Amino acid sequence: MNFFEFAWSISPKLLRGSLISLELTVLAISIGFILGIPLSLGRVYGNKIIYTITTIYIEAFRGTPMLTQLFILYFGLPSIGIMFPPFTAAVIGLGLNSAAYQAEYFRGAIQAVKGGQMVAARSIGMSKIKAIRYIILPQMFRLVIPSWSNELILLLKASSIAYMIQVSELVSVGRQIASRNFRTFEVFLVIAFIYFVIVEILNRILHSVEKKIKIPGL
Amino acid sequence: MGTLISIELAIAFLGLGFVVGLPLAVGEVYGNKFVKNLTVLPIVEFFRSIPALVLLFLFYFGASSLNLNFSPFIAALLAMGFRSAAYQSQIFRGAIKSIDVGQMQAARSIGMSRFKAIRYIILPQALRISIPGWSNEYACVLKDTSLVYALGITELMRQGRYIVARTFGNAILVYVVCALIYFLVVHFGVKLLDFLEERYKIPGYEIKKVTTRA
Amino acid sequence: MAQTILKVENLHKSYGKTEVIKGVSFEVKKGETKVIIGPSGTGKSTLLRCINQLDSPDKGRVWLEDVEISKSHIDINQIRASIGFVFQSFNLFTHLTALDNVRIGLMRVKGIKEEEATKIAVEEFKRVGLGDEMHHYPAQLSGGQQQRVSIARALAMNPKLILFDEPTSALDPELIGEVLEVMINLAKEGTTMIVVTHEMGFARSVANDIIFMDDGIILEEGPPGDIFKKPKHKRTAKFLSKIT
Repeated sequence: MNFFEFAWSISPKLLRGSLISLELTVLAISIGFILGIPLSLGRVYGNKIIYTITTIYIEAFRGTPMLTQLFILYFGLPSIGIMFPPFTAAVIGLGLNSAAYQAEYFRGAIQAVKGGQMVAARSIGMSKIKAIRYIILPQMFRLVIPSWSNELILLLKASSIAYMIQVSELVSVGRQIASRNFRTFEVFLVIAFIYFVIVEILNRILHSVEKKIKIPGL
Repeated sequence: MGTLISIELAIAFLGLGFVVGLPLAVGEVYGNKFVKNLTVLPIVEFFRSIPALVLLFLFYFGASSLNLNFSPFIAALLAMGFRSAAYQSQIFRGAIKSIDVGQMQAARSIGMSRFKAIRYIILPQALRISIPGWSNEYACVLKDTSLVYALGITELMRQGRYIVARTFGNAILVYVVCALIYFLVVHFGVKLLDFLEERYKIPGYEIKKVTTRA
Repeated sequence: MAQTILKVENLHKSYGKTEVIKGVSFEVKKGETKVIIGPSGTGKSTLLRCINQLDSPDKGRVWLEDVEISKSHIDINQIRASIGFVFQSFNLFTHLTALDNVRIGLMRVKGIKEEEATKIAVEEFKRVGLGDEMHHYPAQLSGGQQQRVSIARALAMNPKLILFDEPTSALDPELIGEVLEVMINLAKEGTTMIVVTHEMGFARSVANDIIFMDDGIILEEGPPGDIFKKPKHKRTAKFLSKIT
C-alpha cells in the first residue's frame, strides 16, 4: 500500500481517536473556565488570604509540567488510595491546569478594563459584586477572546499528553496502529496532518467569532 | 541526576531554537514575499500547530524510515529545537516590529546597509525587548523536556518512574518532588532572566512586562 | 562661480493614487543655506527623503556633485554617508550612548578605528555645544540635547550636504533656541544645508535662498528679501501672513 492508501485506511480509527481528544479538550476547557473565573476574581479583588491561596494554585499549575501533574493524578494518587480511570484523570488534570492559565488570562483582561468603570459603577450605587457582574465581566469576556482561543488550541495539543496515562486519544490510537504494521512514521504524518487541520479550522472559527463580538471602537 | 539531564536538554533546545529562530524572525520582518510566505511562515505554522509529543514521535520514527540512525536524544533535539525556533521567531518578530521605524531610517541615513542596520541598531534593541517573552519560552521548554520521557530518555520524570518502580515507593511523594524540582528550576531561571533584563536595560527606557503563554 | 553640490530635476513622487511631489527642480550651491517653507503636508519632507533616497522618487533625477544618485545601480549606502540627515523626531539609537551614536557611523560605515572616531566625535560634540552629555543615553537627555546630538551624528560623517527635516518642530519652545543657534553657526561656517522649517525668523536671517512649496510644486524661489517683502504669488503672501 502506498502512503495515501495507507492513510485512508487508518483514518477511521484515527478520527475516532481525535474525537476522544476533542472530548477531552472540551471537558477540560469547561472545567478550566468554571474554575478560572473565581480564581481570577480572587486574585484581583480578594483579600490577602484569598489572594495567597489563588496565587499558590496558579503558580503551582503553571510552574510544573503537565506530564508531572497527570502522573501525580494517575500514578501517584493510587498510593494514597484514590484511583481514577485514565480518562477521568486526564480531564481533571487538564482541567485544573487550564483553570490556572485561564485565570491569568481573565486577570489580564479584567485589569485591562479601565479603572474608571468600577468607580463609575460604585458611584451609581452598585455593590462590588453587582459591578463585577454587570460591568466588568461583560467587558472582560470580550477582551479575553484572543487569549482564550489560544488556550483552547493549546489544550487540544496538550490532550496528546494524556497518551502517557493510557487514554485512548489520537496519539495513543496511532501508536496502537503502528505497533501492528510498523509504519509508525507514516501514521504520525497523518496524525500531524489531522492536528494541523483541526487547529487551522479552530483558528478560523475563533477568529470570526472574535470579529463578531468585538466592542465597536475598542 | 535526572534533573541535570532535563536542564541540559532545555539548554540544548533553547539554544537550537535561538540560532534558528532569530534568522527566521529577521526573514519574516525584512524578507521579501518569497522568503516570508514560502519558507518562514509554513515552517512556523507547522511547528506551532502540532503537539510536541507528535513532533517527537515524528522525528524519531521518521529518521528510521529515511534510514538515518537517530538516537532518541538527537531526534528530541531536532524536534524540540525547531519547535522552540518557531516560537522564538515569533517573540523576536514582535520585538523587532515594536522598534520605532525611525531607528532603521536613521541607520540608513548615515549610510548603513540593511544588514549593518539590522546587526548594529535593530537587533541589540530587539534582543533586550525580547527578554520577558523569552523568559516565558524558557519556562515552557523546561516543562516540555518532560515529554522526552516518551522517547525513553532518562530525564527527571523517567528517573522518578525508576525510583517508584525500584522501591515500590510512595508514588505520589516521588512525583510531587519531581513537580517541586521543576517548579524551582523554572522559578530560579526566570529570576535569573529578570536580573539580566535589569542589568542590560537601556537607561531611561521603560519596557513593559507581558505575561502570556507561548 | 560656486560649485553646484545638488541638482534636482523634475522630481515626481506619489503615494498610492495621490501625487505628492509634482515636478520639482532646483539646485543648491556649495556653502548655500536653502530653506524650504510652505503649508504642512505639501511634500516638503518627502522631497528631502527623495534626495537621499530614503523614499524613491517615481520620476526625475538627482545629482550629488557630478554623480547621478537617482540611478538604480549605484551604491546608495556610500552616497548616504555623504549626505547628512537630521530628522524631526531625532531618531537617535536608543541603546547607544550619545558618544556611540556619533561614533557608530564612523566605525561601522566608514571603517575608522575607535581612537580616531572618538576624536572626531568629541570635536563634533564641541561644535554643537555639548560636553559630558556624550556619555548619557538618549532617553536621559532633553529634546534639544538629543537633536544636537543628532546634528553631531550627521556632521561627523563629513557630509557634502546636510538635510534638515523640520528639526525643531518636535521640540518644546524653550529648547528650540539652542538647536537654531547650532544651525546658524553651521550656516555661517559655510555648511551646505537644505532646511525644511516653520521657523521664519531663521529663514529670514540665515537663508541664502528660500523655496516656497505648495501642493507639491515650487511656487516661488528667491532670496529672503524678495520672498518676504515682495511675494509674487497670492498663496505665498497668504501663507506668510498666517505665520509671521
